[in-house]
Amino acid sequence: MTHRVYLAHLSHRVDSPPVIRLDHVTKTYPKASRPSLDDVSVNIEKGEFVFFIGPSGSGKSTIIKLLLHEVTPNRGKVVVNERDVTSMRSWRIPAFRRQIGCVFQDFRLLPNRTAYENVAFALEVIGKSKGVARRVVPEVLELVGLGGKEHRYPHELSGGEQQRVAVARAFVNRPLILLADEPTGNLDPDTSIEIMRLLDRINRTGTTVVMVTHDSNIVNQMRRRVVEIESGRIVRDQPRGVYG
Amino acid sequence: MRVRYILTEVLTGLWRNVTMTIAMIITMTVSLTMLGASLLLFFQVGKMEDFFYQRVEVSVFLKADVSDDQRASIESALKSNGLVKSYEHETKEAAWKRFQEQFKDAPDLVAATKQDSLPESFRIKLKDPNKVQDFSDQFRTQEGVSDIIDQKQLLKRVFDLLGALQTLALTVAIVQGAAALLLVANTIQVAAYSKRREVAVMKLVGASNWFIQMPFVLEAVFAGLIGAILAFGGLVAAKVFFIDGSLKALTTVLLPVDWGNVWIMLPVLCGAGGLVSAITAWVTLRFYVRV
Repeated sequence: MTHRVYLAHLSHRVDSPPVIRLDHVTKTYPKASRPSLDDVSVNIEKGEFVFFIGPSGSGKSTIIKLLLHEVTPNRGKVVVNERDVTSMRSWRIPAFRRQIGCVFQDFRLLPNRTAYENVAFALEVIGKSKGVARRVVPEVLELVGLGGKEHRYPHELSGGEQQRVAVARAFVNRPLILLADEPTGNLDPDTSIEIMRLLDRINRTGTTVVMVTHDSNIVNQMRRRVVEIESGRIVRDQPRGVYG
Repeated sequence: MRVRYILTEVLTGLWRNVTMTIAMIITMTVSLTMLGASLLLFFQVGKMEDFFYQRVEVSVFLKADVSDDQRASIESALKSNGLVKSYEHETKEAAWKRFQEQFKDAPDLVAATKQDSLPESFRIKLKDPNKVQDFSDQFRTQEGVSDIIDQKQLLKRVFDLLGALQTLALTVAIVQGAAALLLVANTIQVAAYSKRREVAVMKLVGASNWFIQMPFVLEAVFAGLIGAILAFGGLVAAKVFFIDGSLKALTTVLLPVDWGNVWIMLPVLCGAGGLVSAITAWVTLRFYVRV
């Protein structure tokens, strides 16, 4: 029996099923000596804001990859929005990913497209018309605080602004879940706080936010649920936690 | 919008990598031209077989000193033989006339040939042109027969030559085809690499697989189709300038190449070029680049 700290999460929506459920998930990468995630179980309710923290290599980024179905677990189940991701056919993955927005430490913007075009690209490639883009993209750019900078290229924007574009792109489809993999990793503390405010605002629209970080400042300021992972195991799960 | 997006992607893709695109089109063209040529040769040989085998004769040449009795017994044997469809007797005079007619362009040859140096013969059409050996076995030993010549044997050499040409064309088609496939695979890899950021974002936001792959596949298909059209142009040019042009004198032997057969090559080559490119591109994307 593996050692696990699992604190029942007190949710005001106990009747609705969790939007994300990891059920005894073990993931070992090929050639790795020990598993990245070792028998991890965690539930995330709809509308929650959850930090996954832990040192580098603790396996916290693997959770993001599992949720995006970029990797599949060796054992256990990953259930997102009541769909078992583990057994999902590959042709269903695109439609599945449309419910999930994702931002990364390195922004992953297209350098030859403007802020507007970067966000519109996410709509166009899933078959939305240019008309939809014209209506929705300015709105979401305004929401992330980039009104007036629509036609700047990424290299003409600061790091914080680039991450805002990335957040706008992740959010433009109004996803159920927003995954953030060290979104403040490349940003200075003040800019990081601004990005966190933005993620908080998005969370308040009802979007579940899952953020992987090792930025203790931010975790301590936000006072949200903290799940700490060490060597692939959950060692702490606190409703209003600090970095510790 | 999707159509326009994909078309733009295809054209920019082809242009970005224009040297590779040209190489791809050239190898495709050579390969498909050879494929088309070998198919046309195949049709042609079939047509010639039909045409000539219905007309081939077996000639039974008689000895110069053949007696009337011997001739009559050969003729009656021919008449009653089950293999023979029809026969004709060619006298020395008739053979001489025919010789004069055939070689009227070479009067020296005609002048040098004596009238009675040409043997008389029976010209036989068999019910089944493939039973020459049986026929020959039965008549070779007849008194007065000097030689039995099967025209089919002569034709066979022509067909062997055409068959060899066909094999050669097919070999070039396959070798060039393999080169074309490798170029397609390489082009797709280069294209996928140069668009790796876009592809990563598309996968992240949930663009469908076909939407991600389509521009790459169409890039290859486009090159395949251009190659097919150029190859078709090459075959048309070969017919106009070569077969109906400088080789016109040979059409009595080789028979004219029908325009109908040439036209069929357009859809055949487009189909082959497009399909093979598409499959190669898709396989490259699916199993190698893992787009």
